[in-house]
Amino acid sequence: MFPIRLANIHFTPGGRSVLAGLDLDIEADGITVVLGPNGAGKTVLLRMLAGLQAPDGGEIRWNGDSRPAAGIAMVFQHPLLLRSSVFHNAALGLKPLRLNRAEAQQRTRQALERVGLAHRGEDSARLLSGGERQRLALARAWAMRPQLLLLDEPTAALDPSATEAVECIVREIRTDGTRILMTTHNLGQALRISDEIVFLSSGRVIERAPAERFFARPQTADAKLFIQGELPWRIAFGD
Amino acid sequence: MLDTLREALSLLGHLDNQVVAIVWLSFKVGIATVTLATLIGLPLGALIAVASFPGRGAATVFLNGMMGLPSVVVGVVVYLFLSRSGPFGDLGLLYSPPAMILAQTVLVVPLMAALTRQIVEDAWREYATEFRSMRFSLRDSVAALLYDCRYSLVVAVLAGMGRSLSEVGAVMIVGGNVEGYTRVMTTAIALETAKGDLPLSLALGMVLLTVVLLLNTAAYRLRQWAMRKYG
Ligand SMILES: Nc1ncnc2c1ncn2[C@@H]1O[C@H](COP(=O)(O)OP(=O)(O)O)[C@@H](O)[C@H]1O
Ligand SMILES: [Mg+2]
Repeated sequence: MFPIRLANIHFTPGGRSVLAGLDLDIEADGITVVLGPNGAGKTVLLRMLAGLQAPDGGEIRWNGDSRPAAGIAMVFQHPLLLRSSVFHNAALGLKPLRLNRAEAQQRTRQALERVGLAHRGEDSARLLSGGERQRLALARAWAMRPQLLLLDEPTAALDPSATEAVECIVREIRTDGTRILMTTHNLGQALRISDEIVFLSSGRVIERAPAERFFARPQTADAKLFIQGELPWRIAFGD
Repeated sequence: MLDTLREALSLLGHLDNQVVAIVWLSFKVGIATVTLATLIGLPLGALIAVASFPGRGAATVFLNGMMGLPSVVVGVVVYLFLSRSGPFGDLGLLYSPPAMILAQTVLVVPLMAALTRQIVEDAWREYATEFRSMRFSLRDSVAALLYDCRYSLVVAVLAGMGRSLSEVGAVMIVGGNVEGYTRVMTTAIALETAKGDLPLSLALGMVLLTVVLLLNTAAYRLRQWAMRKYG
């Protein structure tokens, strides 16, 4: 699958330019946090990496191949859960892998344990709290043992303790050797969790740097404004 | 009028042999029909909801049109296939319960498939991207959606049961209302009324009405329970 190369990507829905010549190479290791203002195209970028959205121009290569590789999992900002049990939902992503029953169950159980939902297996997934739903979505992705995991604002609507739980899980998934790309609006989280920041603005990657350096010494005016614009708000609300 | 009602109630009260046989056959035919039609109609409806193929719009319109298919038309068509000179005449199925089940299945499959398509298509719109991200095959998607919608789909199955129990045309033409063999509630009502056996007709009518009401109540309860359990 790696490296994944995006070259000169354009995305122009209805003639409006969202991505305009984006270049990005993704190697096999680490956690990358994609930052950028609202509507910058972060979600679109993740969808393209998952092969769910074709660019209007430019090309994407998964280790040289123009078709998306197997082993990519994506957790959406609002994960959809089936009207069934937690366990059934966690096992859902394994369906296409055609594992034998014992292996599928074992993987599912393990993933649920790791997100702290093992004891809720029989409960109805749709009645979980926001944080639990997000953890279930992570378990579903984790059970698939993806090489690349894409997370779109996994903590957007969560309280601080649920956010912390999700961050813990994300770190653990990385320890398993899974490459992670995620978006967030929480700059503290970006700093805590990421190995590197990719900053998206005006339809392109205009900065890419280790998190500490990005926040301490942003190289572009856009990034500086973005950090200043976001930080006071975040601090004021004690996030 | 009152005498007729009294006689009808007494037929039911004594579990009159003839009434029991007729009701029992209706149920057997109904259950067999609905089982077959469920196995065919639900996956078919879900497939049309999920798959993208040329002519999908036409298929949908066709299916919706077939929901109101006149049962006598189905009866005649199945009759042509099963009659001695028809392509399946050698099977000798005409005027037998299997012929009735076959005709009713043809009648009910489009109804159940059309209802299923509507229900599943709404769910599919929600889940499509997520399923695609998990690389679901068409079959995986259909299976997951049918499972997800199982409580709503009870409505489709019940509509099929209702249609099967209450239609006359198809079972009359291919079954022939043979006493003790192919006589079901609706054919008995249709034909015995004309012959003047009003108590029998009324008794069967009451059974039919009760069954339909009970089925609907059960479906309503089930959906309420599911709503509470699964949100
Ligand atoms: N499938 C699509 N069709 C049309 N417009 C889209 C589509 N996906 C995203 N967009 C538009 O692209 C822009 C970027 O969206 P998005 O990637 O969701 O931004 P964000 O960086 O906030 O995640 C938005 O203006 C959105 O409306
Ligand atoms: Mg977004």
